[in-house]
This record gives sequence, C-alpha cells and structure tokens, in this order.
Amino acid sequence: MNTLNLANLGFAWLPLLPLIAVAVGAAIILLVGVRLEDEDSAGLGILALGVLLVSFVCTLFTIGVNAEAFGGALLTDDYTAFFEIVIQAAAAISVALSLDYAADNGLAGAEYYSLVLFAVLGMMLMAAAGDLIIVFLGLETMSIAVYALAGFVRREARSSEAALKYFLLGAFSTGFLLYGIALIYGATGTVHLDGIRAAIVARAASQPYLELGVGLMVIGFGFKVAAAPFHAWTPDAYEGAPTPITAFMATGVKLAAFASFVRVFMIYLGPAAAQWSGVLWVLAALTMTVGNVVALVQDNIKRMLAYSAIAHAGYALVGMTAAGSAAAVLYYLVAYAFATLGAFAVVIVLERRATAGLRIADYRGLAQTRPGLAAAMTLFMLSLTGVPPLAGFVGKLYVFAAAVDSGHVPLVVIAVINSAISAYYYIGVIVAMYMQEGTPEIEPSGASPGVLIGVAIAALAVVLIGIAPTPYMNAARDAFAAAAGPPAQATAFAR
Amino acid sequence: MSSGVAVWFPIGVMIVGSAVVVGTMVSINRLLGPRGRDSAVKSEAFECGNPPSGGAWGRFSVRFYLTAILFLLFDVELVFLYPWAVALRDLGMFGFVEALVFIAVLAVGLIYAWRRGALDWT
Repeated sequence: MNTLNLANLGFAWLPLLPLIAVAVGAAIILLVGVRLEDEDSAGLGILALGVLLVSFVCTLFTIGVNAEAFGGALLTDDYTAFFEIVIQAAAAISVALSLDYAADNGLAGAEYYSLVLFAVLGMMLMAAAGDLIIVFLGLETMSIAVYALAGFVRREARSSEAALKYFLLGAFSTGFLLYGIALIYGATGTVHLDGIRAAIVARAASQPYLELGVGLMVIGFGFKVAAAPFHAWTPDAYEGAPTPITAFMATGVKLAAFASFVRVFMIYLGPAAAQWSGVLWVLAALTMTVGNVVALVQDNIKRMLAYSAIAHAGYALVGMTAAGSAAAVLYYLVAYAFATLGAFAVVIVLERRATAGLRIADYRGLAQTRPGLAAAMTLFMLSLTGVPPLAGFVGKLYVFAAAVDSGHVPLVVIAVINSAISAYYYIGVIVAMYMQEGTPEIEPSGASPGVLIGVAIAALAVVLIGIAPTPYMNAARDAFAAAAGPPAQATAFAR
Repeated sequence: MSSGVAVWFPIGVMIVGSAVVVGTMVSINRLLGPRGRDSAVKSEAFECGNPPSGGAWGRFSVRFYLTAILFLLFDVELVFLYPWAVALRDLGMFGFVEALVFIAVLAVGLIYAWRRGALDWT
C-alpha cells in the first residue's frame, strides 16, 4: 500500500508551483472575499498582490529547471518562466491600478480579484502549454475570466457592450482555433507539440489538413492578439471595459496569446514555416497599417490606445515572420507591455466615473497641473513611438533588424513607415499636455498611491529596459533557446 | 487493412437498411392507418406530459437560471466521478489525489455559491 507522498506522484510538481500558487490564491480570495459584505475590496487587492508575489518567487525557483509535467502536456522551461514573470508583473500592476478604481466604481471585490488571478492562471497555462489541448484550456480559462471582467461595471451600458462583443467574437474565434487543432490532430495523429513537429519533419503529416489546420489556428490566435482583419472587437472591448482591466487585456492577454503563438508556430510548426510565414507577412503589414491609420483619427484615449495595441501586435508579427527573431519578439512584447500599462495608469488618473475625462483634449494643460504625470505619459508615448533610448526603440530595432536579416526588407519598410505615422498620434498626446492650454480635472481619489506606484514602476521599466537592454535580451534569448532545444534534462525532475 | 470500397460496405448496408426500415414504417402507416378523423382531441399531446397552460414566452423567475447552472456544474462533477470510482485501483495514488483536487476545486465553488446566497430561494 503506497502512502501519500508528493514525490511519488509521478510528475514534476515543483515547477508547477507558480501555477498552483495562483490557483490556490484565487480560491482563497473567493472564499475570504465572499464573507465581506461591504465593498472592502482594497484588502483583497493587497491579498491578490501577495498571491502574485508568492507565485513570482516560485517562478524564480523554476528558472533553469527545464522540466515537463503530465507527459509533456506542460513544459516548465525558461520560456515559460520568462512569460510567467512578465504576466505576473502585468497582472500585479493591473491589480495595483484597480485598488481604488474598483472601490470607486463599486466593483465587487472578491469576484474581481479572483477572476484576475484565474485569468493569470490561464495565461500561465498558455505559456507553458506543451500540447494543443492545454493551449485551448489555458486560452479558455483566461478568456472566460476576462470576458466577465470586461463587463464588470454593471451599471454602465458600455461595459456590458464590451463584454458581450468580446465574448461573442472571442467564442467565435475560439471555435476557429479548436477546429484548427482538430485538423492538425487529424493530419498528424497527435495534439502533442513534439509529436506534431516530428510528424512534419518526417513528412508524415497529411498536407491539405495540416495547412488548413495551421490556417485556422492563425485566425484563432490572430483574434486573441488583435491582428487585422480580426481586430474589430478590440476598440469597443477596450473602451468599455474598466480601465485597469483594459490595461490587463492589452498586456496580459496579448502576452499570453503571443507566448502560445510564438511557441507553437516558431518552434513546433517551424519546419512547416513555408506554409504560414507568408500569411503572417500579410497579417503583419495589414495589422500595422490598420492600427496606425485608424488610431490617427481617434479622440478617445482608450480607443487610441486600443488601435495602438493592434498596431503593436503587427510589429510583433513582423518578428514572427523571421525565423531568427523570436527572442526579439519576446523583448518587444516586454517593452510594449510596460509602456502600455503605464499609459493606461495615467488614463486612470484622469478618468472620472468610468466615462468622463477620456478625450485626448482632456489632457490639455496636464504639464502645468501634474508635471510628473505628464512627464511619465511622455515617456510611455515616446517608447510606444520607438524613440531612443527607451525600451520601445530597442524592441523595434531588434525586431526590424532580425526581419531584415531574414530578407523581409519590404515588410520592414512598411513597419518603419508605420512607426512614422504612429508618431503623429502619440506625440499628439504630448502636444496636448505641454503646448495646449487647459485645466484637466483630477479627482483626489483618482491619483491613488496604487496608481502612482504603477506609473512609477512602468516608467522605470521603460527607461531601464531601454538603456540597458542586454540582460533582458539575453533572458529572452535564453528563454527561447530553452524552448527550442530538445527537452534534454527533463528527466532530472520528471519521473 | 483492406482498401477501396470494401471498407465502406458495412456503412452502405447500414444506410440502405435504415432507409428500408424507415420507409416501411412510414408507408405502412399511410396504407393501414385510419384517416379523415382529425379533431381537437386528436391534435392534443398524447402521453407527452400535461396539456400546456399558458404561452411558452411567459416570464419565470431568473433564479431558475442559477439553479440550473449550479445543477449542471455538480451534475458534471458526478459524471466524472463515476468512471473515476470504477478505475480507482488502476489509477493508483496519483489518480486518487488528482480527483481529490478536482473535488476540492468544486467544493470551493459550492461554498462560494452557498455563501453568496445562490442557494437561497427567497
């Protein structure tokens, strides 16, 4: 009779601790929070931050442990750890932004924070997925939580509209992804990523089904990363959702979707790259152009940032068309995430009662009343434009250089032209803050400590990652190498 | 593995067979059944529950929705637990702990729903 011994459970459970911590934390918040009848949600927010911290510490221990669990369904390598850390950071900043926002807008605490953590769990699963079923499972865990979060301001019709549109189109796109998975399973006889790669390399995969499946998966992921022409839900969903959740959607959801997208396509479908890199080329060009051109005419800052998020998905896709640039994509996503989180944090400061204060015109004169905030916003806008020495510039440099190296010169020309176009609307915000007269209204509660800390951390990250990019780029490179290499030392932990 | 048409033969038999059976039933009913006696009584539901009262678009309490969702949730739990109970010996300690975790997760959901008042009708 065997006794209950965790070491005998037959899988490497230690590298799963970051995931387990988030899941347990979410359950605890749900159970603790349901006892609080009042809107005492700030305490639960702190608890959520604590959970994310515990998960982060667990992740630190998994760095260098390139193991797999559940028969390869979960890959806990450095690639997973890389995305886990960035997702934890994005979630932590989003929670910090929510601390007062949730209380001010009457968002029930327990459900709010536990849904954020469940979404984080889904995101981490997507990053760790070693088989297509886990990709799907993580995607759904993440998406369903975020659908609910998008509609959390129940008295606001826009919020419900955002949730409904996001849910309907998201569910539809999940169908595409699932059908793609089914066809790839049909073509290769396995949902295991390793097995799929082996089947492609051995030319054992049935070609038409494989191509169709890959195409449908591109559509499914394209929806989630908001690539044109699958971007139509983005502006409405981003505009209507509570702003901290918009920040979370624009960073966490996008990071997780790209984590899976890059791992599945660049590593495991890499041998079939000839069949999908052309599609991604077109998607990248279209996404950048649509995002940037439509952003030009937006007067609502949340919609502008939504189109900016679309455009940046396009830049990341440029990186995905080039075989050697996966690490650049990872770096780029980190740079984008911090600048976007910071920008949304500033949006929260100026936002009043979920609808007012969101026009770009409302930013006029901010440099006089809140010079620090205006300076931070300037940093974020310049980083998103790609001005040296900020993180966004270095990210674009790495991505474009890698794309040129693999011969995608026309695409990089399109990307550079798009960067120039984007300068117009990013700098428009700076012009409004510094050169136009106005008195932005800020409620005292708007600039809460949580939000200001979020702004500060994001600003610091944008500058630091830009000035000293090497360690972050090396981390991205190591992460990708760990994912791309054979799961060699897996036996040390598993079995 | 045999190839060509032979693989599909059983399916062909199945299709032809079902067409014959269904066709026979429908046509025999037409030939032998009494006709011309349509009445209000005949168009009523026969041994299919109560006669309907009121329209199908009438309002009913939204609480049924919660009850239905919760029922679905814990119903699915049971569906998973039966095969688990049957195969427990083969699954060993790993399967045992895994199912405990599964039950614990559902218990959290139940406690949450309970505490939130989803189980109170009034």
